[in-house]
This record gives sequence, structure tokens and C-alpha cells, in this order.
Amino acid sequence: MFTTPATAGEHAAASVRAGLTRQDRDVAGMAMLATLLFTTLVTLFILVALLAQVIGESSSLLGERGVDFVTSPIGSDPDKIGVWSGLYGSIFIGVFVVLVAIPLGLAAAIYLEEYANAKHRLTRLIMVNIRNLAGVPAVIYGVLGFILFTQWLEPVTNGQSVIAAGLTMALLVLPIVVITSMEAIRAVPGSLRDAGFGVGASRWEVTRDHVLPYAAPGILTGTVLSVARALGEAAPLIIIGAITGLLPETSLTGKFTAIPILIYQWTGRPKPPNSEFAFTESAAAAGLVLLVIVLVFNASAVLLRNRFEKSRVGS
Amino acid sequence: MLTVADLQGSSKQRNRERTMRVVVQGAAVVTMVVSVLIFFVLARGAYTFLDEIDWDFAVLSDLGWFPRRSRFDLRTILVGSVVMGGVAMVVAVPFGLGAAIYLSEYAPARVRKVVKPVIEVLAGVPSVIVGYFVVRFIAPEFVSKIFDPTHDRNMLAAGVGIGILVIPIMASVSEDALRSVPNSLREASYGIGARKINTVLRIVLPAAVSGLVAAFIIAISRAIGETMVAVMAGGFDGSGPYSGAWPTNPGLTMTTAMTNAVGGTDQDVGGAPFQVLFFVGLILFTITLLLNVIGDRFVNRIRQQY
Amino acid sequence: MSNVDTSPARAHVPITHSHGPSMTDATTAQTLTMIDDEPADETIVFDIEDLSVYYGDFRAVTVDELSVREHEITAFIGPSGCGKTTMLRSLNRMNDFIDIARVEGSITYHGVDLYDPEVNATEVRRRIGMVFQKPNPFPKSIYDNVAYGPRLAGVKKRAELDDVVERSLRGAALWDEVKDRLKESGLGLSGGQQQRLCIARAVAVEPDVILMDEPCSALDPIATARIEDLMQEMKETYTIVIVTHNMQQAGRVSDRTAFFTTEVNPDGERRTGRLIEFDRTEKIFSMPEDERTEQYITGRFG
Repeated sequence: MFTTPATAGEHAAASVRAGLTRQDRDVAGMAMLATLLFTTLVTLFILVALLAQVIGESSSLLGERGVDFVTSPIGSDPDKIGVWSGLYGSIFIGVFVVLVAIPLGLAAAIYLEEYANAKHRLTRLIMVNIRNLAGVPAVIYGVLGFILFTQWLEPVTNGQSVIAAGLTMALLVLPIVVITSMEAIRAVPGSLRDAGFGVGASRWEVTRDHVLPYAAPGILTGTVLSVARALGEAAPLIIIGAITGLLPETSLTGKFTAIPILIYQWTGRPKPPNSEFAFTESAAAAGLVLLVIVLVFNASAVLLRNRFEKSRVGS
Repeated sequence: MLTVADLQGSSKQRNRERTMRVVVQGAAVVTMVVSVLIFFVLARGAYTFLDEIDWDFAVLSDLGWFPRRSRFDLRTILVGSVVMGGVAMVVAVPFGLGAAIYLSEYAPARVRKVVKPVIEVLAGVPSVIVGYFVVRFIAPEFVSKIFDPTHDRNMLAAGVGIGILVIPIMASVSEDALRSVPNSLREASYGIGARKINTVLRIVLPAAVSGLVAAFIIAISRAIGETMVAVMAGGFDGSGPYSGAWPTNPGLTMTTAMTNAVGGTDQDVGGAPFQVLFFVGLILFTITLLLNVIGDRFVNRIRQQY
Repeated sequence: MSNVDTSPARAHVPITHSHGPSMTDATTAQTLTMIDDEPADETIVFDIEDLSVYYGDFRAVTVDELSVREHEITAFIGPSGCGKTTMLRSLNRMNDFIDIARVEGSITYHGVDLYDPEVNATEVRRRIGMVFQKPNPFPKSIYDNVAYGPRLAGVKKRAELDDVVERSLRGAALWDEVKDRLKESGLGLSGGQQQRLCIARAVAVEPDVILMDEPCSALDPIATARIEDLMQEMKETYTIVIVTHNMQQAGRVSDRTAFFTTEVNPDGERRTGRLIEFDRTEKIFSMPEDERTEQYITGRFG
């Protein structure tokens, strides 16, 4: 500001303006923001690097063999092996999760949200127990599945079969299904239940006709996420006894393997001297197949949830 | 006048209501049964293991983890789990927490809408793929080039991989905690002229501290329970912690010892080298359960606060 | 005011309050004088005696004596927190869904103890319908909203359902506005239309009583007037109990008014609701017995 003849009022206004628009350097603040941005970007970069590694190492094998890799069984020649035996196992693991964990988990969630007295000690015990089950390491579920499904229930599962594996994975994701279904059911507005009860619908009729249809997108999201989780787990399958060598035939009651097991095995195997491809390239290719399946599941769950949230806000 | 009978409804409907209640209640009870079975299976197997070793607790402290030579040194696998878990937390805390603070306090809505789903995608990457990524990239291209260990597969590399797996958990639980801090607190801070950095560091983080502690504990629990990365990239060395507790050495975790017990073609179901699966499983189960219970307490605390 | 159906076809239940075991003689006498100027041949739908509703240890509302007569509109008025909605919801056992809610005392419905363990709450709600404060249509079509109750009751034939839907929508004075878009979502209607849809939905199950919990509080004056007119038509067929915040509304529509207020609990902290006075609406509004009623009516508190 110039010091031309001016009134005191103008001077004061100018100095206030200068004070309010002062561009002082907030070094600490900028350093903080830079640090946070850096950590976030590194986190995102890890995902990019991982995808690049998987795609990069698998590209020449998949480029040359293509669908042949998906339809070939496992074996000892890295030029001939494929992911089929594992895909078969993984598909049926997914099927068992859908058939066993979803109905069971949904029913438990319905009980806890719609029927049980939330203040009751037993109800609270069940809820605490479910949260704890969700934190039990996957490898422990393998131990449970090994005893429960391959030994005690051997007449049903025929021992170390894909049935035993599928049931084990169903127990592993059960708490996730219960928790996500409970959240979806809890989001159903009470006025909808009131409306149903007000015209004389019973508890079950209100649940079936109003609560479940309203909660369906949320339940579906949880379902999709839990199937994806089950498809990616390897540790319980190692304990149960997934096959890592030769598996000429795939069947429900015979020996089994799954894609994660193949990745685990092939990652650790050295390249045979006379083969064109290394086992690690097969591992990467199998990893890509698994990633595509799991990420499609996850992405659709995220999209489903976002759309669902948006439509709720809209109405 | 009506009678009670008029208000009883049809017996068909009453029966259906009763049946449905029993069905859903039964499903809830199944979840309890799963817990009981886990504990029973582990405890029974652990007891058999101790029987197999004739209750000779000395073998639990003989140097090294060599089950087939009857050496079950618990310290070896505990140290392995702690070292790899520790490395994982060193990776997961700054990156997970940093991403959480950024997303909750700084990120514009547009950025958040993109970054959050990407972190969720990272959370969905199967651990076996992270294991592959560590073996093929993190270990040779990153850890080995910087720290020059004797083996590509070592506790440091595996720990970094476990850390990558745990970042999304750390990030999402921390972000929930930060977002549960009421805006009125932030506004109060800005209202007395505080800067953003002071508001975040002095108001928001302290207010969310129990949630952040919960995130930390839950993340540790996951890190210790993680199996595949430790198996694939940890180096699988059971020669004991005294020469090898340093992270760049290979090591063995509790989870690795468990997969090791069932692995191999000479699977001898019933002998001590196999039964140790349950013994280690029981220890791992107890540790993670304690961590989860404590973590849950902290989560509930921040829920009650606001 | 006397829309009361006294045709001989109806069951005439003489009002006999004196058998109430826990009532003091004084209140009995008072009650009898209160109703002495009435023709003593009306059917009592609800008879409430010494009733308290608790949430856990907290007593939310107490009613010493209240009876709802058939084909009348009974209004519950009073300041917020006085327990009128709680009272209303205990008439069709909607409070059952609040885990900690508990009822002590007696509510009889046509002579049957509503809280008898043998009584099925779902069956009670089929006979005693409810319209809520905020219009809450199901996220379904207009047709399905109305047809839901009859379907539950076992009506399956399309023609029969069509008939019920039309009759109910006409009964709720909504038919002409929606007859061409029955397949559209009920959520697409205006607030007032949604509330009338909810009334049609309640009417469709052919209940005996309709409970209305501040049915107009979310509506504009025009929509409110329509619903008030509708209530006058409906009481030919149904017995209506309405909770309202709006004294003028109670004065306009109701035959009898129950005035509730809050009083300080013995614990000195929380306030509990209590029925202060119950009488014919014109009496409550012209010469209330209790000074608190008068203060409320004349706008001096609440």
C-alpha cells in the first residue's frame, strides 16, 4: 500500500487484509501432507508393482499357451502343466461356501438381528464369539477341518477331498458372512418392520417379505467378499492335505488341489534344465488366473455396495 | 366378547413361526459349536502331543526346531513369529496409518473415492500371491539389494510381505477410528485458530487413540497368524533364535511349523512330529484370541466415546 | 357427535368397571360419574386398568383407567414425552419389539387380556391395525402395498385381491388419484398420498381397530385436512385411536380425549408419563376437571 494521503480507516482495513491474506509458509503442515501422500502413494504403488510382477512374468507363457494353460492338469513338466486341477478344486470350494456358509451365516445373522434379545447374555456371548472367530488364523481352521471333515466325517467327505476342503472354507468364512449380513440387516429401517407388523405380519413374514429384500444387496456384497476370501486361502488346504504333485483325475471325492496351492508349489520349484518355461512362470500365470477371479469378485462387491449406498441416499 | 382362543391365530402359522425361530437360532448356535470344536480339537491334539513326548518338557527348549529329531524348541518359532510380525508392523503402521490419516483428514472426496477402493482391492489380494510377489520381487530386487543377506528368503523379506498384507487392515480400522471422531472437535480446534497439522496431531489422533491401538493390535494378530508368506519367503530355518534372531536370517514361524508338521510324504499321523501341529496351533490360537479380545475392547471403547 | 352405532345387531356390553380388583372405591366412583351421562350400552373395545409400561426399570407411562369405545375416535394428547405413543403401541403389542419394554396391569380387548401368554401378538395386530407417524409404504407397488395384508391372510385369487385393493383405496380416498398407476412404486406418491396409502394398507386387512400415531405430523395442512375428513368416514366402520401433538386436531376429530402429561419420577431425574384426564372431547376442551389439562388446552404449557 502507498502512503498517499489516506484516512486512518483505510490504513486499518489494509493492514487487516494483509494479515488475513498473509501467505506464511506452513513448513510443518506441508511436510505432514507430503509424508501422508508418500505413504498413500507407496501403498498404491505396491499393488501396481504386484500386478506388474504377476502379469510380466506370466505374459510369455500365457501368450504362447493361452487357453491350454487353463485346461491342462498339473504335473512335473512346466511346459505342459496347467491350472485346471486347481481351478476345479477352487470352483467347488466356492460352491460349498455358497451352499453351506451363506445359508448358515445368513440364518445366524437373522437370529441375532431379528429374533434374539440383544441384551441377553447368551446373545452377547454369541456375538463376541463370532467376532473372535473372525480373527482366528486360517491355518487353525485347517486343523479343525482336518480332524472334523477328513477324519470324523470321513464317510461323508471320503477323507482328503474337495468336499472336506469346501466345508473347511465354509467354516472359515462363516463369521464374515454373519458379520456382513448383520450389518446389512441392521441398515433396514425400523419403519419398514413397523409397517409389516402393523398389518399383522408375523416375525418371519416381516423378515422374509421386507427385511431380507431390503438387505439383499448388502448381504450379496458380503457373500461375494467371503467367496473371494475362500478362493484365495491356501493355508487350511495345506493342513487338510491338498495334492501338490500329480493329479490326473479331478473328482469331488478324490484327491484335490486348488489354485492357491499350485501358486505356492510352483513358486518354490526350480526350473528343470531342458524346459522352455520355468515353474515360476506357471506360478505367475496361476496367480493371474486367481487374481482375475478374486479381483472380479471384490470389484463387483465394491461396485454393488456403492450403487446400493447411492440408491439408499436417493430414496 | 372375544375369547383368548380368538386371538391365538392359526396353529399352522404358530408352528411355522416356531420352526423358523428354531432354524435361525440353530444356525447361531452352530457358530458357538465351531468355537468349541476348535478348542476341543486343539486341546485334545496338544494333550496327545505331550503324551507322545512323555511329558518331557526339556524337548520344548532343546535348541532348534527339528520335530523329526524330537527337538521342539518353542523359542525358535516364537522368536520367528515375533521377528516377522515385528517387521510387518514396521511396514504396516507407517503406511497403513499414513494412508488412513490422509484419507480421513486430507483427501478430497474425489481422491478418496478412488484411493479407498484401491486399498480394498489390495486387501483382497490372496496371501499366496503376496508370497509369490515377495519371493520373485521384494526379496531379490529389494531386500537382498539393500541388506545383502546370505539367503534371498529370510525373515525380513517375509516380514515385509506380511506387512503388505496387513497394511489394508491397519488402514481401514484406523480410518474408521479417525472418522468416528466428531467434526465438532475439529471445528473447535479450527475455531481457536489452530492449523490443520495441529488439529490432526493434537486433537484428532489423541481422540481416536483407542481405535488406533485397536488397529495396531488387530494387525499384529493378523501378522502372527499369517501363514503363506512366512512359509514361502521366510527361509524355513529351524536352527534356533540365538544365532539367528536378526531379521536378515532365515526363520520359522508358528504357522510355518504347523504346515511343516503335515507336509512331506512321510506324513506320520499320530507321532509327535505330527501331533505338534495341535500343540503349536493351541499356542497360536491362544495368542491371537488374546490379541483379538484386547483389540475388541479398544474398538468398543472408541464406539462408546462418541 | 353421536355416530355411535346402537343397532341391536351389535353386541351390547354393559360397562362394568366395578369388578376391577385393584381399583379404589374413590376412582371407581369417579369413573362411574364420568361415564354416567353416556348411554350405557356401548361396546368397550379396550379397557385399560392400572397400567404401567416400563423400559427396563424406568416407568414410561401410567394409566389408571381408560376405555375406548367402538366406532369412536379416541385421541391421546399431551406434551412430548408424556407416554401417549408408548400407550398407543401397547394397544396392539408393538412394544413387544422393544426388548426391555414391559407392561404391568391390564389391557383387555373385547374382554380378552391382550397380554395373556396364550394370545398371539400377530393375530392381535391383524385385528388392530396401525398407521405410523411417518408414512412408511413398503418399497413395492401401490397395488402390492395394499394387497400385502390380504395375501398374508391367504387371499390368492386375483379378482378378490383386485376387489380388496380397490375397496381399500376408495376407503382411504386415494382410488381416484392412483387407479391408473397401481403398478408404480408407493414411494413415488406425495407425503399425504403415502399416508393415505398406509391407511388403505391398514384397512385392507379389515381390522377392528386402527391405531394412528400422529398420522399428520409429517403432512401439510391440506393433506392433513383430507385425512381428518377420512377419519370421520372411517369411524363408521372402525374404532380409531389417534395420538396427536396437535390439540386443534384432537378437538376437530375426536369423540373422546385422553390428556397425558409428564410428572417427575420418584427418582427425581426422569419424568414419567401419566393419564390425567379422560372424557368426552367437548368436555375436556370446555370444562376440564384438572387444572393441568386446562393449562395445556389453553396453551400455557407443553
